[in-house]
Amino acid sequence: MLAKRIIPCLDVKDGKTVKGTNFVNLREAGDPVELGVRYSQQGADELVFLDITASHEERKTFTELVKRIATNINIPFTIGGGINELADVDRLLNAGADKVSVNSTAIRNPQIITEIAKNFGSQVCVCAIDANFENGVWSCYTSGGRNKTDKELFRWAKEAENLGAGEILFTSMNHDGVKTGYANEALCKLSEMLSIPIIASGGAGKMEHFRDVFTQGKADAALAASVFHFGEIAIKDLKDYLKRENVNVR
Amino acid sequence: MNIVIIKYNAGNIFSVEHAFKRLGIEALVTGDKELIQKADKVIFPGVGEASSTMKYLQSTGLDKVIPNLTQPVLGICLGMQLMCTHSEEGNAGCLGIFPTEVKRFIAQKHEEKVPHMGWNNIYEVKTPLFDSRLENQFVYFVHSYYVALCEHTAATTNYIQPFSAALHKDNFYATQFHPEKSGDIGERILKNFIENC
Repeated sequence: MLAKRIIPCLDVKDGKTVKGTNFVNLREAGDPVELGVRYSQQGADELVFLDITASHEERKTFTELVKRIATNINIPFTIGGGINELADVDRLLNAGADKVSVNSTAIRNPQIITEIAKNFGSQVCVCAIDANFENGVWSCYTSGGRNKTDKELFRWAKEAENLGAGEILFTSMNHDGVKTGYANEALCKLSEMLSIPIIASGGAGKMEHFRDVFTQGKADAALAASVFHFGEIAIKDLKDYLKRENVNVR
Repeated sequence: MNIVIIKYNAGNIFSVEHAFKRLGIEALVTGDKELIQKADKVIFPGVGEASSTMKYLQSTGLDKVIPNLTQPVLGICLGMQLMCTHSEEGNAGCLGIFPTEVKRFIAQKHEEKVPHMGWNNIYEVKTPLFDSRLENQFVYFVHSYYVALCEHTAATTNYIQPFSAALHKDNFYATQFHPEKSGDIGERILKNFIENC
């Protein structure tokens, strides 16, 4: 039976892992490759590395980091951040990434989803969506939560699926870093609407939150960062807990 | 031992190369027909689309070389699908090593999403590629097309229906899942291929 996936997410800036709350207040959390190896040994099912560096020089450094990740890690990993064109996807896949995640670029140019799917296969293309629930609407944001767009979560997710996205990675900005659980209601609606897997992001604080995101949120995978980076939840303990709660995990 | 990874227009070759490096094996990545024919063991990896990949193999003549190899060959994911007779993906005629067809998953229930993506357990494992410790272990799959159970099925997994997680016929072995992405379990399968097949 297909297992629910646990995915640690590593935000990388200047070669180091960082993590903040509500997209600000960055704190350092260590070498991304070392962390990635540790997580894979502890039973992580996949890893996500987000490149939150800005300059061209730093991007080149990041590609070298992707190669180092691929050399050392024996589970699948996704790279996100700073993907503007097909050439970026080609460069990252050639450096050893299994999937790429597009967010702001896809909102600006939805056709890139189709281009990635056509050239490299749908499974390569994760469409990441950052959305904030405000005035009764889930509004999508770009540029790491800085710019509000006129896209609405459910319509945009459906459009992304139709364009060829292989997975949706939905981050609730309201829940991100708050540690009171995932946005299960919105996740459940997304999961029932779409026929591609949903990765839930934003809100993990306790092991119960992971159980709930799979049972109530109907997510296929759960992503989290700080609870893993700061040792609040060990992946092995989390998996043992989920097995006891009858969630099918590896 | 001289291990060759066939280089063609498919992704993921870097990962396969590095999986062998982690086992202490320097594999040669090449599309050169002579080097492929001379290898002790051949890996036919793949992530991509069936019909465009078959066109590429035909344009390079590799479509004639691969089915006639006599040393142990391991196909991975798309590599396995291309070793069958036909794929519904792009209505592609394939290499015809395994006398079976590749079909697209059709979800029966809403929860059954396509692609089949993630970790699933394999069972009824046979052939030297697997050992008894691999029964019921989790490996990593990413695919929208599958091979039904058949006389050449070497491992089974269940998603929407039971299907072939691995195939074996004569010197040809193949896995639908990605051993190079399946953690320690995957590395054991690659090691078995090198040491026991």
